[in-house]
Amino acid sequence: MTRTETAERPADQRDAAGPTERLLAHGLVPLLVVLLMASAAAGIGLGSFHVPLEAVGRVVAAHLGGDPVSGPDVRYDAIVWQIRLPRVLLGALVGAGLGMVGTVLQTLLRNPLADPFVLGTSYGAGVGAVSVTLGASALAGVYTLSAGAFVGALAATTVVFAVAQAHRGTGAARLLLAGVAVSFVGQAITNVLVLAGDDSGGQAARAVLFWLLGGLGGARWTSLTVVAVATCLAVPFFLLRARALDALLLGEQTAASLGLRPSRLRTELFVVTALLTGALVAVSGAIGFVGLMMPLFTRLLLRTSENARVLPVSALLCAVFLLWADLAARMVIAPAELPVGVVTALCGGPVFLWLLVRRGNAATTGLGGGGAL
Amino acid sequence: MYAFAGMDGRCAAELLIGGLSTRLSGVPVLRGVDLRVDAGEVLGVVGPNGAGKSTLLRCLYRALAPDTGTVLVDGADLLAMDAAASARYTAALPQESEPVSGLRVRRVVLLGRTAYLRAWENPSARDHWIADETLRRVGAYELADRDIGTLSGGERQRVLLARALTQEPRVLVLDEPLNHLDIRHQLEALRTVRELGVTTVLAIHDLDLALRYCDRVCVLADGAVVAAGPPQEVLRPALMAEVFGVRSRQVEVEPGRYALWCEPLDTGAPTNPDPSALPEPTEPSESSVSSEEEPAC
Repeated sequence: MTRTETAERPADQRDAAGPTERLLAHGLVPLLVVLLMASAAAGIGLGSFHVPLEAVGRVVAAHLGGDPVSGPDVRYDAIVWQIRLPRVLLGALVGAGLGMVGTVLQTLLRNPLADPFVLGTSYGAGVGAVSVTLGASALAGVYTLSAGAFVGALAATTVVFAVAQAHRGTGAARLLLAGVAVSFVGQAITNVLVLAGDDSGGQAARAVLFWLLGGLGGARWTSLTVVAVATCLAVPFFLLRARALDALLLGEQTAASLGLRPSRLRTELFVVTALLTGALVAVSGAIGFVGLMMPLFTRLLLRTSENARVLPVSALLCAVFLLWADLAARMVIAPAELPVGVVTALCGGPVFLWLLVRRGNAATTGLGGGGAL
Repeated sequence: MYAFAGMDGRCAAELLIGGLSTRLSGVPVLRGVDLRVDAGEVLGVVGPNGAGKSTLLRCLYRALAPDTGTVLVDGADLLAMDAAASARYTAALPQESEPVSGLRVRRVVLLGRTAYLRAWENPSARDHWIADETLRRVGAYELADRDIGTLSGGERQRVLLARALTQEPRVLVLDEPLNHLDIRHQLEALRTVRELGVTTVLAIHDLDLALRYCDRVCVLADGAVVAAGPPQEVLRPALMAEVFGVRSRQVEVEPGRYALWCEPLDTGAPTNPDPSALPEPTEPSESSVSSEEEPAC
């Protein structure tokens, strides 16, 4: 009867209205994984010094298999294994991390303008990292740098939160404004630190430019550890909260009535996004626009804000995008390099504007119709 | 056939609220609220703005922890349970003004199963079935694949009601669910709620609708219960004048059915278009319709 009829239809078939939607629902993640692998291969092979794809494969296989790299491949070994592979891995990890952080923050604040840069987290992390670089350059290994970035990211987040919580029940607008203010202060402090401490002949100025614009050029195997651990821990953390994030989209009180604890959930998620942002910024600097743009783009593509689907797709799309942006940054003025943040802003800005224009007539544009947009 | 709790009121519970007090930013908002709602009853919570209606309701669906007091659902202490357990007893339609978009109706309704699922579990076939059945129950099944942001106010309230019912609640808490609905949708929503048979606590501004659709009403003023009982006995002219500051009269529109007629107490000039219809405060049993107007039901 009614019960058996409806219960036996598989759940996934009820959601799919047509073949396009079914492909988006089930085929997109595998497709993006393949695309990511291809982008990574391209990122390793292409550049100011071209490495044939087969040679890339042989070198990586040799290292993974524990064999010595032999024959003519020896000349590719250093560039593939020591420089480009860590760089590509870092790009993928940072991209995935930024994609998730952006998705989560936009959902939490129910505002598509939210991302770690708008909220000041990234610049907080930058201040922390620059302080460590300038204050104790001898000690400034990867871990002290990350620790500094963590502290800075948490401090910035705490300030933003404290300001927003000063009046209970205030909306996302207050949090965003607090974030913008903290961003300005963070950038200013970074500049002061650099100008005051710059006795190293421009080295510090270059460092600050790196933090403010972002780049993957600092990638080494050692610097990957923190990012890899942070990103890999964050993936299950966020995915397990996907449904709770959906509930928060309906409103704080609705989430409470559904059996969640919204204030605790919010705090957990903000702390984890701050820590992940700290880990990413410590190694890559402030690569803007990716975490803002890609979640929005993902929601438009999937025509849903459902976080269980948006999170993985947004992470993968961000990773792919960042790899190509980095490749462009390396190629455009080769052999010199652009900071990748410049490329992401150049691509992201116009796309973002286009999305804003389109929002007017599209019904399914992602987050809250009554948001700041 | 529809064998799950909350659908046909079979599991409707008795709700017992005792000594509920709470402060918001140091200001007492609820001062020892005692209330009893029988199983399957629709209780209207009425009162002027700021009386504490929403605060009382928020304590019932755990959006707010009261300072003191107990909330018992069939004898089980709701406030002592963890959030997920209490969400299996009470479900709510809170007042959330901001519209959301980007979620399909079916997804929204399935969120009602959150309290039954572990974080890593996906909704089962049974969860999907319950969601479909509740959507049918509120007459919104054809909306299942729409985006919640594209629905009209009436459609949205029906979908959110289905979401609450998907929690299989024994007590349903509705915080002014009629806001932003036109009169036909208000009446339809109230009829749907009545037909559910679930114990319902309903904050409602429209006293006329409270009079007609609630089994009992509870009048809140300044965080305390002023009166509780059948609406016809509670919403008397004296109480209406004292609590709401209006002159009022219950009018029998057809045998056994009453409407509430109100006018500000302190009006200098009569606002009534027909001065002869100006009512005198009388007992409801003596009240009658003014002869010129025959109000439709």
